[in-house]
Amino acid sequence: MKTLEFLIQRLVKAVIVVLGVVILNFLLIQLAPGDPASVLAGEAGAGDEQFIAQLRAQFGLDQPVYVQLWSYLQNILSGDLGYSYRNQVPVAQLIMERLPATLLLTGSAFIFSLILGVVLGVLAAYKRGSFGDSLIMTGALIFYATPLFWVALMAVLVFSIHLDLLPPFDMETIGANYTGWARVVDIAHHLVLPTVTLGLFFTAVYTRLTRASMLEVMNLDFVKTARAKGVPKGRIIRRHVLRNAILPVFTFASVQAGQLVGGAVLTETVFAWPGIGRLMFDALMQRDYPVLLGVFLVTAIVVVLVNLVTDLLYRFVDPRIETAR
Amino acid sequence: MNATTPLLQVENLSIELPAGLDRKYAVENLSYTLNAGEILCVVGESGSGKSMTANAIMGLLPSYLKPSSGRILLKGRDLLAMSEAELARERGRTVSMIFQEPLSALNPLMTVGDQIAEVMLVHGEGDAASREQRVLELLDYVGLPDPASLRHSYPFRLSGGQRQRVMIAMALALEPAMLIADEPTTALDVTTQAQILDLIRRIQRAKGMGVLFITHDFGVVADIADKVVVMEKGLVVEQGTADEVLNRPKHPYTRRLIAAVPHPDENATRADADGDVLLEVRGLRKTYRSGGGLFTRPRIVKAVDDVSFTLRRGETLGVVGESGSGKSTLGRCILKLTDVDGGQILYRGKDIVPLSQAAFRPLRRHLQMVFQDPFASLNPRQTIGRILTDGPVANGMPLAEAEKKARELLSLVGLDPSAYDRYPHEFSGGQRQRVGIARALALDPELLVADESVSALDVSVQAQVLDLLQDLQKKLNIAVIFITHDLRVAAEVCDKIAVMYRGAIVEFGPPGEVFNAPRHAYTQQLIAAIPGRHWNPRAAVA
Repeated sequence: MKTLEFLIQRLVKAVIVVLGVVILNFLLIQLAPGDPASVLAGEAGAGDEQFIAQLRAQFGLDQPVYVQLWSYLQNILSGDLGYSYRNQVPVAQLIMERLPATLLLTGSAFIFSLILGVVLGVLAAYKRGSFGDSLIMTGALIFYATPLFWVALMAVLVFSIHLDLLPPFDMETIGANYTGWARVVDIAHHLVLPTVTLGLFFTAVYTRLTRASMLEVMNLDFVKTARAKGVPKGRIIRRHVLRNAILPVFTFASVQAGQLVGGAVLTETVFAWPGIGRLMFDALMQRDYPVLLGVFLVTAIVVVLVNLVTDLLYRFVDPRIETAR
Repeated sequence: MNATTPLLQVENLSIELPAGLDRKYAVENLSYTLNAGEILCVVGESGSGKSMTANAIMGLLPSYLKPSSGRILLKGRDLLAMSEAELARERGRTVSMIFQEPLSALNPLMTVGDQIAEVMLVHGEGDAASREQRVLELLDYVGLPDPASLRHSYPFRLSGGQRQRVMIAMALALEPAMLIADEPTTALDVTTQAQILDLIRRIQRAKGMGVLFITHDFGVVADIADKVVVMEKGLVVEQGTADEVLNRPKHPYTRRLIAAVPHPDENATRADADGDVLLEVRGLRKTYRSGGGLFTRPRIVKAVDDVSFTLRRGETLGVVGESGSGKSTLGRCILKLTDVDGGQILYRGKDIVPLSQAAFRPLRRHLQMVFQDPFASLNPRQTIGRILTDGPVANGMPLAEAEKKARELLSLVGLDPSAYDRYPHEFSGGQRQRVGIARALALDPELLVADESVSALDVSVQAQVLDLLQDLQKKLNIAVIFITHDLRVAAEVCDKIAVMYRGAIVEFGPPGEVFNAPRHAYTQQLIAAIPGRHWNPRAAVA
């Protein structure tokens, strides 16, 4: 059972990596100037030393760093991510509330960009040198080079403000209280702009990658073998070229998949999407460190898991991997 | 088709090259016939257009090349007049093709069984079950072990010879009337080559197929051809039966090619080199470990296993072996390009194994290497002059003196001194290999390791480079370790031959002895596998 052995090895390594990330993040946060107590005190309008000291004692911030780290680690291992100073709710609860929205957005963007990118790449390679090829590649270059926030703002300007086709922000129509299918349709409607905005960059990357990889594979000897066998062109593209050309795309897709949780901060902020990204952004501004650390932890776990799944999938996508290790 | 129509008739075929190349046609006015049950060999050096004719028959020419005149009649029907769809129907059904590189000619992500079955699938033959049955039959027929499990293997699990067998099985799937084999054994070891040639001949006899066999190796031609076509620069210079062309060649080009075929003169004796001992290798060992992470056991390969020999000044030692025998690793060990695991390398009586890289550096200039690939071993962004002067300058020679020496070296290796200011891409393979030799000689070495230095070259160029090496050796009295897979070449140029097998030297002696009285079973096998052994090219052009 080579795969099982591999899985166990990797899981052990994954736990070590995540623990390392937790410790590193905790220490990095300690390096940042200012602490939650001073921010809280400042907002409460009571700036005197005594009140701050009291707050620090209350949150355990007056303990030495290693004691704080140790108790944090103990809490993490028992499943307790801490308590948000600001929102007065457990961090785990806060993250679980926001996670589905982010996963919906990043997941849709992932699927959107992967499918569209590969299809466009195949078309461009198949019609190499044609007008269609130039059009696709120019488009890809434009979206590859344009900053995400600008695309987002322009999309809002054109599709929401001028054309009034799509809602510019939030995840649902406020106050409409849709249920069932109506709610699904409403969310899908709100999803379009952020998904396209977030996905366009990766669409461009996949298009370019697929096209280049297809053209390279088309020149390989086994494609000639396939032609010599009398395989029709369409089947050669599907069965022989695309299957081999998809490998680098797959590699890059795993990079995008690693950003499923942490990669949408900008998009969520522009479109007021109630997800993890905005939670993190707000927590950062408010020095809400337990929330920040919790988000970091979840992000790290997702990255490690995605990598693990990718490596497992690789063995199916490319049978040569197993022995090459 | 009536009985008198030949299987394949190529009539006045010309294929135009894009403008601006050194000649107008890739092939010009090419005509030949292939009958059923015949093996026709097309022989020529690289650039002769021999592969082009095969690709034209299959309709596999690159899009910028179009046949400009002539006909290719397959069973009386003109292939050049067919549409792409019609051609696709014939490919794999009437004509199939096998290629040179078994490593890259199979789709790495499809099981070999699926690739064989695909031929029948796309031609609409049988159903899934009958195709499956046929795949197993074919795998068995081409001599592959355990078809039932091999069928589910991916190509990377198979050796080069096995992959070539899969290619042959694929080509035979629909029992085509004609098989085109484009250098099918060039990338294989000599013993594997003998097996594959044998298989092709056996199948051809059994099925009465016509085989168009493209090769550069006259030894292979002597082994299998019924008829021979010799091509030079896109033109047919000579054609006839195998006996006529091989034993009574008329055209000067053919005679030149045949004269260049390496052939050991079995009666020649060489004066024993009487120089002093330059290099002595004692009990050299090198093992490769691969894999081996935190949790896994490493894979261990003994690349060099207890190898010992001595080499005198002015002597040439041939190290012969197949891929994976450890012959290249041995060369790298001697030059300290890789660490060794045990043993001694005494250079002028001093063990160089324990020396640190820094301590060895002053000695490095005495031990030089000529590499296999003349295209990859010269920096494409440096002029020949820069390539030749870099070494001496790094060793403290003033630039002006190094430059003078480089120009001398260029004429020594038979190149025009004007080559000094040119770049490697302006030279042919043989010329580049001369530059490689000049580069090695620039440091006045006492020992030259030539690792497959002529195997990438055409046979006539190979003969020139071998002559050059021998000449220089006489002039400069250097010792040469000549690493090669080709026993014929080794026997022609070496004073002593060491046959390597799985890291160990299994046979050691002068060429005559190794050839006439091989003691080890592996050496006997190697000698038996040499293509064209019964044919004496020297007699043909005498």
